[in-house]
Amino acid sequence: MSSIRQITEMTYPLLKIENLNVEFRNHAGNSTQAVRDVSFALGQERLGIVGESGSGKSTVGRAILSLIPPSGKIKAEKIALNGVDLQKLSELEMRKIRGNKISMIMQDPKHALNPVMRVGDQIAEAFRLHNNISHSKAKQKVFDILKDVQIRDPERVYRAYPHELSGGMGQRVMIAMMLIPDPNLLIADEPTSALDVTVQMQILAIIDDLVKEKGMGLIFISHDLNLMASFCDRVLIMYAGRIVEECRASELAQAKHPYTKGLLACLPMVENSDQKLTTLNRDPAWLE
Amino acid sequence: MIQIHNLDVHLGSGKVTVHAVRNVSFTVKEGESFGLVGESGSGKSTVLRVISGLYQNRSGEIKIDGEVQGGRKGIEFYKKLQMVFQDPYASLHPRHTVDQALTEPLQIHKLDQVEKRIRTALKSVGLGLNFRFRYPHQLSGGQRQRVAIARAMILEPRILLLDEPTSALDVSVQAEVLNLLTKLRIEHNLTYILVSHNLAVVAYMCEKIAVMNQGKIVENLSKEQIIKSQAAEPYTQQLLAASKGYDRETARQLLQFD
Repeated sequence: MSSIRQITEMTYPLLKIENLNVEFRNHAGNSTQAVRDVSFALGQERLGIVGESGSGKSTVGRAILSLIPPSGKIKAEKIALNGVDLQKLSELEMRKIRGNKISMIMQDPKHALNPVMRVGDQIAEAFRLHNNISHSKAKQKVFDILKDVQIRDPERVYRAYPHELSGGMGQRVMIAMMLIPDPNLLIADEPTSALDVTVQMQILAIIDDLVKEKGMGLIFISHDLNLMASFCDRVLIMYAGRIVEECRASELAQAKHPYTKGLLACLPMVENSDQKLTTLNRDPAWLE
Repeated sequence: MIQIHNLDVHLGSGKVTVHAVRNVSFTVKEGESFGLVGESGSGKSTVLRVISGLYQNRSGEIKIDGEVQGGRKGIEFYKKLQMVFQDPYASLHPRHTVDQALTEPLQIHKLDQVEKRIRTALKSVGLGLNFRFRYPHQLSGGQRQRVAIARAMILEPRILLLDEPTSALDVSVQAEVLNLLTKLRIEHNLTYILVSHNLAVVAYMCEKIAVMNQGKIVENLSKEQIIKSQAAEPYTQQLLAASKGYDRETARQLLQFD
């Protein structure tokens, strides 16, 4: 199995997207281009997609899983996972990809977890959907994965309902649920934006370790430039549905595009908080 | 201008009572900007809500402009003190136009020259007159927060309480709103209390900063001390380290402060 994996990795990148376009149409027939000609390839790395609200960054993540509402149309030359074009798959085949090969961590565990189902049963469900395995074995597997995401008391958490958990705990549960089928690609859509800074650090450390240990690819979607620069390997900057710049995360401070520079400049920093903040002047030419 | 002495707040009743604010004291002078930082559940917003009179069950002394506060607040109190809330998507009435939102406080306070006041208020927050008859859904997040600020400013208050005024906004819009708040404070000699979880925002806006955890003030710092990372308490040091971005080593060393 592992040798086959290695061969496919050598020939194809983990994920390859060419000219992805997503268009939403409302009742009046007006259309909005949410994503325009987005192309990128991803290996076993931490790729960040950063942009402001409405830049289309979340839509890219959802389009990969074809989780766009009916009002939206996805057009792409290629969305390929390990060389297999996901657009050619039937809905049934796509279901085997979702969660199993590609999984997605949502922003807010309060909304994404089922409020009337025990947390442990939800995680077990994610595993049993893709693996024919007995209830008791699945339960053991859930305990293991809860330990992986550094939950000290897995027995208690297994029996808990989502409302009995704090925000940080809830997010760990969601990460556990997404990791249990052992996916190749993890899409994290603002996984820590609803959390306190210290909890955010702990969650990121867990994602970081797991991605390294299991050799996954990670797409990290966020609006937080500082976080991107310190956490990811490579960053794509999106503006109005387009990728305007791509750079190594460590070199984000030396970004060239005026939009990226503008965004960086208007962040208040603890170190230089006695200067007036610069504001962003949007240039219509960036839309070209 | 604002003196808080030994403030204690209990929320809820019976078994589920939460001791949300514990023995908090601070003073804010006229024209000063005071910041309260802390993580969620630290009681920072509760302090603000108590000062504005939204919560009544508290002990301790609150003095505003030399007057001890207690019981029901009169209309004059709200002429002096106004509040701006976190989420401009929730704090504006969806079926009131900007004009209605701005007229209402003027009617309550029976002020004259409505026309002139609305024009000045819109101008001072950098919105054109063409925004006057729009509904909130026709405005962006930053424009909505400007309307919320205009609504607070239209009564010409002396104190503005700001509860996470930019947390729901993009960074580029956040910069505009923070610059606007700085400009208004200088022009009108306003006194601010700013609550935020974002240390950088508080350090940028405030001269004096109090760090809260579990309902208590852990440490009082000046702006300079924050800039130079001179925090004495381990909790503050950890908060400072965590807000500088992701670092594997810092994450490993994080402590629990319960």
